[in-house]
Amino acid sequence: MTGAEILVKSLKEEGVDTIFGYPGGVVLPIYDALYDADIRHILVRHEQGAAHAADGYARASGRTGVCLATSGPGATNLVTGIANAHMDSVPMVAITGQVVTKLLGRDSFQEADITGITLPITKHNYLVRDVGDIARTIKEAFYIASTGRPGPVLVDIPKDVSAGAGEYEDPGVLNLPGYRPVCSPRDEDLRAAARLILAAERPVIYAGGGVIISGADRELRALAELLCAPVTATLMGIGGFPADHPLYLGMLGMHGTRYANYAVCECDLLIAVGARFDDRVTGKVESFAPEAKIVHIDIDPAEIRKNVRVDVAVVGDVKKVLAGLMPMLSARVKGAWQEKIEAWKREYPLEYANGGKLKPQTVIREIYRVTGGRGRITTEVGQNQMWTAQFFPFTRPRSFITSGGLGTMGYGLPAAIGVQAACPDETVFDIAGDGSIQMNIQELMTAVNYNLPVNVAIINNGFLGMVRQWQELFYDRRYSHTELANPDFVKLAEAYGAKGVRVSKAADVADVLIDAVRTSGPVMMDFLVDGEENVIPIVPPGASLEEMIG
Amino acid sequence: MRHTLAVLVENNPGVLARVAGLFSRRGFNIDSLAVGTTENPTISRMTIVVEGDDLTLEQVEKQLHKLVDVIKINDLTSDEYVGREMVLIKVNAGPAERAEIMQIADIFRARIIDLGRRSVTIECTGDERKVRALEESLRPFGIKELVRTGKVAVLRGAKTTSLDGNGKNKKGEED
Ligand SMILES: Cc1ncc(C[n+]2csc(CCOP(=O)(O)OP(=O)(O)O)c2C)c(N)n1
Ligand SMILES: [Mg+2]
Repeated sequence: MTGAEILVKSLKEEGVDTIFGYPGGVVLPIYDALYDADIRHILVRHEQGAAHAADGYARASGRTGVCLATSGPGATNLVTGIANAHMDSVPMVAITGQVVTKLLGRDSFQEADITGITLPITKHNYLVRDVGDIARTIKEAFYIASTGRPGPVLVDIPKDVSAGAGEYEDPGVLNLPGYRPVCSPRDEDLRAAARLILAAERPVIYAGGGVIISGADRELRALAELLCAPVTATLMGIGGFPADHPLYLGMLGMHGTRYANYAVCECDLLIAVGARFDDRVTGKVESFAPEAKIVHIDIDPAEIRKNVRVDVAVVGDVKKVLAGLMPMLSARVKGAWQEKIEAWKREYPLEYANGGKLKPQTVIREIYRVTGGRGRITTEVGQNQMWTAQFFPFTRPRSFITSGGLGTMGYGLPAAIGVQAACPDETVFDIAGDGSIQMNIQELMTAVNYNLPVNVAIINNGFLGMVRQWQELFYDRRYSHTELANPDFVKLAEAYGAKGVRVSKAADVADVLIDAVRTSGPVMMDFLVDGEENVIPIVPPGASLEEMIG
Repeated sequence: MRHTLAVLVENNPGVLARVAGLFSRRGFNIDSLAVGTTENPTISRMTIVVEGDDLTLEQVEKQLHKLVDVIKINDLTSDEYVGREMVLIKVNAGPAERAEIMQIADIFRARIIDLGRRSVTIECTGDERKVRALEESLRPFGIKELVRTGKVAVLRGAKTTSLDGNGKNKKGEED
């Protein structure tokens, strides 16, 4: 066998059914092995698209996403996608070709030190120097990527290694003395957490992406209902708790709901579940949850006390921790705290002023209505993303797929392609911005090529809207380089072989969406919306949560 | 406060870059770092002297543990340990000063390892205090060059920090 054949066999052993990739010189042996392998390969149009598609595939399915690129520029084009997956703890294996081992370190043609470059943005990475190491390395890569706190692992394979001769040998049991993720919580930590929870009068649960990654949505709901505790979610936690549940507060933080932020400011116990106290969540960290004791539940011990003080930490898999906590707790009933929160909810609902020009929020609400909330939604980054988080009531985990930690414009379309590849029978929407969509617009061709019927809903405000909003609020309306000249998105869609539609009236939105969902191929919709609509409320950068404006 | 960490790592290419990169990227201050293989050739030991408060140290250890190549970390600071570094100091010394310099070297149990017409090179091993004291004593003669290894350290007594040692294993389990 060649090294490349061993690689393909190893990928099959891991259950890989789809690879997103792009060929080049040093991955020729790998592409040759893929020629008649029974793994689906989706040829993207830019390697960044491959990384985001693998990421979307992973977030939608929970399985490890795989992308493949050649050395040098192919590998560096993956970098944004790898960093994106790293920030959001997405299980991914990125395979890159490398120049032959004897040319390493000589600035050879298309040589880039991709293991060096990705050191800070991977969970781990490898440069494979021997055919005999391929099978074990691939097994380790998948194990590391998918266990503990998941993340991307890069495997760099020089051409002589993939072309070299060897035999596939089952790597057997892995020996990784430096990698032992803690999954089961310690009993004494559970008891300490339970004591604080039992003593609390005004608890709030703050749920992050860890709930979804660990599949703990049922346990979270059971805990919230037992304690009658309101639940607020981070951007990554959306979908981990049903948005239509009476205990749900929506998102907290910079663009959180007023009632979520007020609840955090006034609670006496904050139970952080699989969340990491990101600065977009905490605002001014010194005044975050000023009256609360904090219980922090997370699988990554390094997250404990990284950003905020913590009273009780429980390290372990969120699902196991919550399951372990339940029997130690007793049921609570609604009281003054819950009533106070309900009053806030009535007083400060998330709203927007409808009327006049088509509003972005209307388009998002209609996508919810038309899909019956059952679709999978990706977003780009900016206002489009925040409005989706605010106005689309997600009720299922893995249905909202967005670039959180890195905030990568250009994520949504390739991610939607990955989601559609993982969930062929579901309706997939990319809720896009007119700026972001142009960052990976070329992937529309991939969708057409493989007949992946993704629906792209461009919230076309003619601006880099989120940046314009900051300029309006914090830079005296000086719109420096944020007004966009855009292509004709309808014609562009048609040029790619997709369906294109333009909508400017609220009355037409539903029909166009219904038609798009029924169309068997990709559709790109250009929604011409009010250009200067803002995302509110907003906590100004550096301010405390209660200092929201709007 | 300064802490001395004994870090056992897989002897893989790139492991030094992983550790050093982690410190610089997260803004942790390394005072010194010494690395070499251990009694087991597949495992290297890094002795890292790092400055920081308790919260910083907690982060340093936890972030280090996230590196797959890091097997075990011991903070020796709270224990009885022996720490040593070596310096080579080249000082200005004409024939007139030599005797005095040799005397100083004697007092510090340092050795003269090279003698030129205008210079003397001294080797000294010891803890930080001793090495610093020697440096101060030699400064009046004019130090032309000074090079130090960074600290290496072991626990006192029968305790060890090697893989099968009985030190605390910060990966969560007691050995
Ligand atoms: C790759 C990248 N470059 C720059 C930014 C900074 N940025 C954040 S939001 C935004 C504007 C996005 O514009 P658009 O896609 O039209 O979305 P809108 O906010 O208008 O909905 C920019 C430039 C980013 N997040 N990602
Ligand atoms: Mg826009």
